[in-house]
Amino acid sequence: MKTTITVNGEARTLDLDTRTTLLDALREHLGLTGSKKGCDHGQCGACTVLVNGTRINSCLSLAAMHDGDAVTTIEGIGSVGKLSPLQTAFLTEDAFQCGYCTPGQICSAVGMLQEVADNWPSQETTDLTGKISLTDDELRERMSGNICRCSAYPQIVAAIRSVAGEPA
Amino acid sequence: MRPFTYERATDAAGAVTSAAATPGSKFIAGGTNLLDLMKLEIEQPAHLIDVARLPLAAIEDAQDGGLRIGAMVTNSHLAADARVRARYPVLTQAIVAGGSGQLRNKATTGGNLLQRTRCAYFYDTAKPCNKRQPGSGCGALEGLNRNSAIFGGSHACIATHPSDMAVALSALGASVETLSPHGEARAFDLDDLHRLPGETPQIETHLIAGELITAVVLPPPPSGGQVYRKVRDRASYAAGLASIAVAGDQVALGAVAHKPWRARLAEAALAAGGSPTEAIAAELAGASENGRNGFKISLVARLGPVAIAEARNNGSAA
Repeated sequence: MKTTITVNGEARTLDLDTRTTLLDALREHLGLTGSKKGCDHGQCGACTVLVNGTRINSCLSLAAMHDGDAVTTIEGIGSVGKLSPLQTAFLTEDAFQCGYCTPGQICSAVGMLQEVADNWPSQETTDLTGKISLTDDELRERMSGNICRCSAYPQIVAAIRSVAGEPA
Repeated sequence: MRPFTYERATDAAGAVTSAAATPGSKFIAGGTNLLDLMKLEIEQPAHLIDVARLPLAAIEDAQDGGLRIGAMVTNSHLAADARVRARYPVLTQAIVAGGSGQLRNKATTGGNLLQRTRCAYFYDTAKPCNKRQPGSGCGALEGLNRNSAIFGGSHACIATHPSDMAVALSALGASVETLSPHGEARAFDLDDLHRLPGETPQIETHLIAGELITAVVLPPPPSGGQVYRKVRDRASYAAGLASIAVAGDQVALGAVAHKPWRARLAEAALAAGGSPTEAIAAELAGASENGRNGFKISLVARLGPVAIAEARNNGSAA
């Protein structure tokens, strides 16, 4: 079926089998292979993209469900020579080894920092009516939907911390 | 994934009309559970009716001082709502204890209630499961049943309902509003939404085919403190082994039954002046085990009194 999605600022119209996930539409039909297929079941976070600014697992969503939506993938966050602050921080802090989970980690971090700015609570939030302070416990909890099998977690925390700043 | 047709509904009446007219159809909202199961061919809908953009995504103040939560409100938006955080903190705590940020951003209030069990035998299509394939048997009864139910199970099924959110809603005495395939609206207690497995574990709710959940309604919060506590195998992003929601003198248990388990016996014991330990013991008098899930009984015996005491402390501090 015909589906039009604005991907990284450009309207793209695709004629897809209804079964096509958003992830497969991005990777197989638009050639945007930055978003990764790890588990394909929403357990690893490697497929994380931003839809209308909100992070989701693109493997657990049908492309058809996103007709009219605006999707940002890692390719829309930055590119060689024009890296975003988070991408630069992941390099500076050595926040990956194999790099397979990295696009999902960075897209997830972009969405996560917006959620903190919007004062959304997490499991680590003790004062539900106060202002969120992004402690390391909060940061780790909020990134728990992104698995890194190389276990670069301390560096991932450091990279995100270097962009987010110290907690208030 | 099996082939299916897809349509996007624009209003609730059209969605249920389409469901009534299309055999094998299912509603899809966030899709985080349904698509997972469709990839495994455990769910095989012939037609999907996308209800995610129905105008049911508002959280409104109810006249009695409660809240009316549209079925398409995402878990993230519900947990972050200032009214929920201030007056129904047990609900925020339960929601953020479930899934990941990415999943909560897609998952909806209605869909969360209708998610299916994470029982390993339900997921493994090479194994018997009466819920997935009626009459094939239950692999969990004498198998790897560490995650299985300790309340309300049957010889056909000991699967648990995996929702955290629903446990808090149960303790808060929430009700559910629906629209039938014939366009009739009805409302009933959340505790009357889910069934126990009995002989037909494949039938999980009292909804009729094609009936759409349109809202969840919270009464004013009960007096007293609230808390949600969950125990699991890792600190984040894992289904519960046991959980408890306390709202004043109302108590519900999670991950221990085929439905959110409103602990009426514990509530009665508390009302009669029993201690939290005695109250949880009264509830656990009706528990049963199948071997590997026996630890859940001692886990709830320890978790429950701590949570009730914590809720009371929260209430006296407020």
